[in-house]
Amino acid sequence: MIKKILNNNTLRMITALTVVGIFSGAVLVLVHNYTVPKIEANKTKETETAIKEIFPSAAKIAETVYPGVFKITGHGGTPGGYAFIAAGNGYQGEIKMIVGVDAEMTTMLGMQVLESQETPGLGAEIVGSAFRDQFKGLSLAQPITYIKNQKPEKPGQIEAITGATISSKAVVNTLNKRIEQIRKKVKDK
Amino acid sequence: MLKDFLKGLWRENPVFVQVLGMCPTLAVTTKAVFGASMGMATTFVVVSSSIVISLIRRFIPEQVRIPMFTVIIATFVTAADYFLKANFYQISKALGPYVPLIVVNCLILGRAEAFASKNGVFRSFLDALGMGLGFTCALVVLGAIREVLGAGTVFGYRVMWDGFSNWIVMILPAGAFLTLGLLVGVFNMVDKKISVEKK
Repeated sequence: MIKKILNNNTLRMITALTVVGIFSGAVLVLVHNYTVPKIEANKTKETETAIKEIFPSAAKIAETVYPGVFKITGHGGTPGGYAFIAAGNGYQGEIKMIVGVDAEMTTMLGMQVLESQETPGLGAEIVGSAFRDQFKGLSLAQPITYIKNQKPEKPGQIEAITGATISSKAVVNTLNKRIEQIRKKVKDK
Repeated sequence: MLKDFLKGLWRENPVFVQVLGMCPTLAVTTKAVFGASMGMATTFVVVSSSIVISLIRRFIPEQVRIPMFTVIIATFVTAADYFLKANFYQISKALGPYVPLIVVNCLILGRAEAFASKNGVFRSFLDALGMGLGFTCALVVLGAIREVLGAGTVFGYRVMWDGFSNWIVMILPAGAFLTLGLLVGVFNMVDKKISVEKK
């Protein structure tokens, strides 16, 4: 019987492929079980570190009912606010940021870039503090706007990075869209 | 025996001589540390898959050998990808999709087909290790050159003088082609000199 199976070519192929498939499946289950909790922990830690950069005095960071939106409580009554993830298309790929706003959503407290694939030396400057610091204390009474090659003159305006207008614009548009969404969500509650 | 190991480092170097695995070679070598991580992940995959394939080479039916190689390689690649994500999160993020793409690195399937499926376990292990290290060395050299000229650092340490203005083109894709082309040229020049001296 076994000899017959071994001599039958089709059956041999099927058996060999099945055995290899089962083995690799089993290996992957083990790998998955061992690594996934660690990967999740890495992601949470990354988000929390970014939030703490924006809210240095945060006492409690709690995810709200909306995934990716966090409510921040300050130490001993210091003002908290909201932090949320904002993602949109940049020049070369997705730009993923974490954004902090005050509890009334009238002022932006800061922004951190989690992921981006912008051009090194140009668009990648959105990660640099010179660009990011412009968002600290930015008024949200009106949509954020950008201006090229000169200092911002109106409230809610930032200066675009020279040579990287598309990346700067992408950040501004993503932020405006997401802030509007969050505003509606927070109001609904 | 020693030849099996050494040929991957120089005479049959996967990057400079066989010109295999160009996608990760060009894409991830913006920094030396990325080249090193990609090289090590690839070495892990080529060594483990070569050992397994060499072990079961008698049970692999000729007609379905390629799908079987692919399944075995993909298993190790996925394991490497998850391992990097779990333990070296920042590096894994920087390498992005290029770790899962090790599956299609022809260097690995090439070793399985040309060597591991025809030779014993120990020789296959040496062959794969040599190839993996040869690949890693090439990527680190490429990454170091691009990092020095493009960012003024090597493995994150500043080596250029203050006021050195970075050659941004070296970090962009064009820099990968320029550096690789020049390195292959230099490699061939040195190789020719050695073989002339031998004669």
